[in-house]
Amino acid sequence: MSDDTQSGAYTFAYLDEQTKRMIRRAILKALAIPGYQVPFASREMPMPYGWGTGGVQVTAACLTPEDRLKVIDQGADDTTNAVSIRRFFQRTAGVATTEATMDATIIQTRHRIPETPLTEGQILVYQVPIPEPLRFLEPRETETRKMHELEEYGLMHVKLYEDIARHGQIATSYAYPVKVEGHYVMDPSPIPKFDNPKLSGNPATQLFGAGREQRIYALPPWTDVVSLDFDDHPFETSKAPHDCDLCGAKDSYLDEVITDDEGGRMFVCSDTDFCAGRRAEGHEGRLGGDQKSSKTFANSFEGIWPATAGAR
Amino acid sequence: MIADALTGGFTDAPLQSARAFREILEALARPGTIRQVSGARPPPPLSTAAGVVLLVLADPTTGVHLAGAADRPAVRDWIAFHLGAPLVRAEQADFAVGTWTALHPVTRFRIGRPDYPDRSATLIVECDRLVNHGPALTGPGIETATWLNLPETAAFRANHGLFPLGFDTVFTAGDRLSGLPRTTRVEKI
Repeated sequence: MSDDTQSGAYTFAYLDEQTKRMIRRAILKALAIPGYQVPFASREMPMPYGWGTGGVQVTAACLTPEDRLKVIDQGADDTTNAVSIRRFFQRTAGVATTEATMDATIIQTRHRIPETPLTEGQILVYQVPIPEPLRFLEPRETETRKMHELEEYGLMHVKLYEDIARHGQIATSYAYPVKVEGHYVMDPSPIPKFDNPKLSGNPATQLFGAGREQRIYALPPWTDVVSLDFDDHPFETSKAPHDCDLCGAKDSYLDEVITDDEGGRMFVCSDTDFCAGRRAEGHEGRLGGDQKSSKTFANSFEGIWPATAGAR
Repeated sequence: MIADALTGGFTDAPLQSARAFREILEALARPGTIRQVSGARPPPPLSTAAGVVLLVLADPTTGVHLAGAADRPAVRDWIAFHLGAPLVRAEQADFAVGTWTALHPVTRFRIGRPDYPDRSATLIVECDRLVNHGPALTGPGIETATWLNLPETAAFRANHGLFPLGFDTVFTAGDRLSGLPRTTRVEKI
């Protein structure tokens, strides 16, 4: 199958030039109007909607042969979605890939921002399921468009207020709405609100692609992004009140892993590169010594798959 | 002149357009930074950078307006062959190419609609040179401040005041380009 790339069976990065021009124009307008969702003619990709077709199209439009691509799914480099998208670009663009956040030039992500701070020149591409933050409050596109036009976001504040009235606090814990440069309210994709502060003032360029919903939006570097809140209920991040059981990190976002059917569980960094990096430096968590990391487990699983020459 | 029109495009479009787009992306994501592009040899007076921007972004679905000296048969033929883009009046343009003087009055260009601010023109402004010296620029994409030798400030300040409406600008000089989206605040001097 790797012969496909060598014999030129695919054009570079899969999409035809006409499609790339259309996506590239949308990306540039998205950068010029931060937080505004630019409609684009999303193509069918060789993967189902919901598996990152928007992110893949944005990545394909931005990719150059010199890039080093990292793909993560909920922070992990080794889950099905991340592995298949990484292989897709290895095969169709022949680009180098990496799992190290700091080595990557383009990072396509599903629902996380890496723990390692991003740097200037990096591009973070988000896979977005529902780009419209107001969609579940107002189903009509004509109305939500008008609301963005008029900056009429009262409905969103009502939703957050109802959270407080019902739960005593803002219960929204992911896809937490943000306001960009004092104008557009934007859905940061379903990242945990733990990651929201990293959206603002980030030196990397952040691009968001929603394939099924046919929208692209963007945050240029150093853009001011504010999570919506109230004076008496300020925005707060949240995470599981534990340290990572593998690397002992106190400040990373954690996944809860059920380890048996007797209530046993462990908390591990959702960012596998961050966790593995810390363990390599000698940090050790509660179970770090005697348990396989989720990464080791997944890698052993991946070994079962038929290897393709283009991959890794 | 037909032969001229047939040359000067990308020789390996997928790779050359990918590399060029990244430079354009960086230029607009970080206003004021000066980037270098290559791959196009458009007929004069178009600069290499202006030719590259057109090759990367314009196609039969986008109207191109040629302003002033840029509007000559050789350029028209080149655009017809390499882009297939319709040549249109300033008021309908998705892309407009010319010197700053030729593009005036820039209030002619589309600034989008309140519900679709993306339906706006991108101006490709041909300059003699680009240097990071001139009015201060601040806003998204700029950490603290940067500087660029803009042809004037009043028009860009007025354009920024229209946000979220407004046109976006790419300055080109030789094989170098720089971006100025509508979000950028331009110092008054």
